Amino acid sequence: MATTDQAGFVARLRRYYSHYAGGFIGFVVMLAILEQMGVPNKVLGYVFLGATVLMYAGIGILSRTANLTEYYVAGRRVPALFNGMATAADWMSAASFIGLAGTLYLSGHDGLAFVMGWTGGYVLVALLLAPYLRRFGHYTLPDFLGARYGGNLPRAIGAFAAILCSFTYVIAQIYGVGLIVSRFTGLDFGIGVFVGLGSILLCSFLGGMRAVTWTQVAQYVIIIVAYLIPVVWLSVTHTGNPVPQIAYGYALQQVTAREQVLNDPTTPEGAREAEVRGLHKQSQQALELRLRELDAGGAAYLAAERAKLERAIDALKVAAPLDADALAEARRRLAEFPHDIATARTSWRAAAEAARAKAAPITAHAEPFAGSSAEARDTKRNNFLALVLCLMVGTAALPHLLMRYYTTPSVQETRVSVFWSLLFISVLYITAPALAVLAKYDVYTLLVGSSFSELPGWVSAWASVDKSLMSITDMNHDGTVQLAEISIGGDLIMLATPEIAGLPYVVTALVAAGGLAAALSTADGLMLTIANTLSHDVYFKMVDPSASPKRRLVISKGLLFIVALCAAYITSLKPGDILLLVSAAFSLAASAFFPALVAGIFWKRANRCGAVLGMTTGLLVCVGYMLATYPLFGVNAPLWWGIHPISAGIFGMPAGIAGVVIGSLLTAAPDQHTRDWVDLIRSPDSGKTQPP
Amino acid sequence: MQPSEARHWRNNRRLTVGLLAIWFVATFLVSGFARELQGITVLGFPLPFYMGAQGALLIYVLLVGYYAWRMGKLDAECAAGREDA
Repeated sequence: MATTDQAGFVARLRRYYSHYAGGFIGFVVMLAILEQMGVPNKVLGYVFLGATVLMYAGIGILSRTANLTEYYVAGRRVPALFNGMATAADWMSAASFIGLAGTLYLSGHDGLAFVMGWTGGYVLVALLLAPYLRRFGHYTLPDFLGARYGGNLPRAIGAFAAILCSFTYVIAQIYGVGLIVSRFTGLDFGIGVFVGLGSILLCSFLGGMRAVTWTQVAQYVIIIVAYLIPVVWLSVTHTGNPVPQIAYGYALQQVTAREQVLNDPTTPEGAREAEVRGLHKQSQQALELRLRELDAGGAAYLAAERAKLERAIDALKVAAPLDADALAEARRRLAEFPHDIATARTSWRAAAEAARAKAAPITAHAEPFAGSSAEARDTKRNNFLALVLCLMVGTAALPHLLMRYYTTPSVQETRVSVFWSLLFISVLYITAPALAVLAKYDVYTLLVGSSFSELPGWVSAWASVDKSLMSITDMNHDGTVQLAEISIGGDLIMLATPEIAGLPYVVTALVAAGGLAAALSTADGLMLTIANTLSHDVYFKMVDPSASPKRRLVISKGLLFIVALCAAYITSLKPGDILLLVSAAFSLAASAFFPALVAGIFWKRANRCGAVLGMTTGLLVCVGYMLATYPLFGVNAPLWWGIHPISAGIFGMPAGIAGVVIGSLLTAAPDQHTRDWVDLIRSPDSGKTQPP
Repeated sequence: MQPSEARHWRNNRRLTVGLLAIWFVATFLVSGFARELQGITVLGFPLPFYMGAQGALLIYVLLVGYYAWRMGKLDAECAAGREDA
């Protein structure tokens, strides 16, 4: 009976979502027709983002529930295929959707650490964790730690670590939501954050995991369609092949050939590049001179420089033929002039660093670990490997991801579901490197060498929107574009692809909706994880074990609201670097959870003392290294073996493993009951024996 | 633990270790020696770039897929063994 129920459920789901996908395509076509009829772009952006956000909220309302199992784990009847889609949407964040292609564009081969790290982690999830967690089958990750190691301490540390890494991650997502909404609708950043948050809250508030799951399936469809359409079209226009993943091998060869020409000063184009690089070198030296004078002269030097600018403006004001452009330029310089020594030092140092990078020859896109010395190249290689490992192990320990594998009907469905998740995710991650190369092909062959008087539309459009995304100046006044005269911000690559490919604005709006779906779906899963950990592990298991189901739901929803407000408040302070936050979350999860979780399944001898010691030392080492080495925190301690703080987990993980092993071996072995429990977790799921 | 379950766990562990070895080679060995492997070309890409951008991902998908399929079979065998006992 149960199986026929489930079969009917799957059939219904397939019908719903195929109608949905058809409806979505119809919606896009309708907007495309409206665009042809002359509806302004801004209205299209509003309609697109508004309609998708309303739809997510609508799914939330339809999936409302007051049942605990439905609320925490979607009733444990999400079929493998659909859980795979939901996990993929949960997984792909704003950083993957918008940032990844740009990172690959800017760092070439070395950026592939993100592609491998964010997919290879699923091998660890599938082989080491997901099936066993599902076999255990409770509600949260700290639940597992509590049941395996006994007592409230492992559960409490687990809950703390889960909240720490999910909260760090969610801030990055809400930041992405605010950015997308404000860029495409013109609303204020703060309002953008609250509009996005409203839809997340409405969705998870009413239906918990159940609503989040069915929304995420819908969001996956939008994410993947929005990512593929512009890239496929770009591939057709540049290579004539509609499969970008195959076609870009040709584009990469062209890019490599262009790199050689542009780096060779004996060719006419290479000579002009060298000329512009020389100008960058000069401005780097000028800035470094300024920095030295600032160190020597301090505030007096700053005031004298400011006075010089003011005198220049005065002189321009009284000049006989009034040069309005020069005056405006001088005023802009004065307005941008730093007010105190600290700002002057950071902004000039950053500018000098940027000029130094521009003065160097182009690094070949496909060359691994480029560097000036063998030592520099080895450090790059070590950082690459460390980052890949941290991202992979972090993937296999992030609570919001592992929680999704509690929602399938059986252990076998969980295994199949990890397969679907990885397949759906890989579609995007295989496309991103192709997009980076195709965009580079466009810039190197079409933009470089073109005339400043007839720049492509997307170049001037984005340059006028945001200088940090696109800026282009004719530095050597020869009227043609040199590569060293272009500055591109990573996020531009995905955002501008529809325009580079010459697609109508409706596709740009589709990309915005895709980015929003990616950020919202991840934020959804993360906030639910935090609220459930607080309400289930902290409140129900540790504070009031006699609470009624109704009370637990009320507490959970209340906490969700508070967490959302906290996250939105912190985001509105704009805490800065998104990549810092995201990578911190991975390293934290890898150091805190992974050793204790895997030992709990594969090493019977592991006990409570080991788990507690392992989780705390892993967490402390990881957090300590980040605090000591991230320039943001101001300590600037020397790096260990040249490893960047982004891979702090490479030190946290061994510390965590050592903690588990030493702590367990120094204290008594677990009792018979725990050993039987581990046997049960490892045994195949016959549908009858459920663990206690 | 029943003998069929012990066998199931042994097979599971062996399978896990074998697949993790492939995962390790595809990821860390290829990337670690990327400079040395740069001269080899696959489908127009240098081998390390191809592995990072596509090859490794396809291998991961296959590993996870094979594990799910194989474990399904092992589960069924174990259930049959249990009924016999």
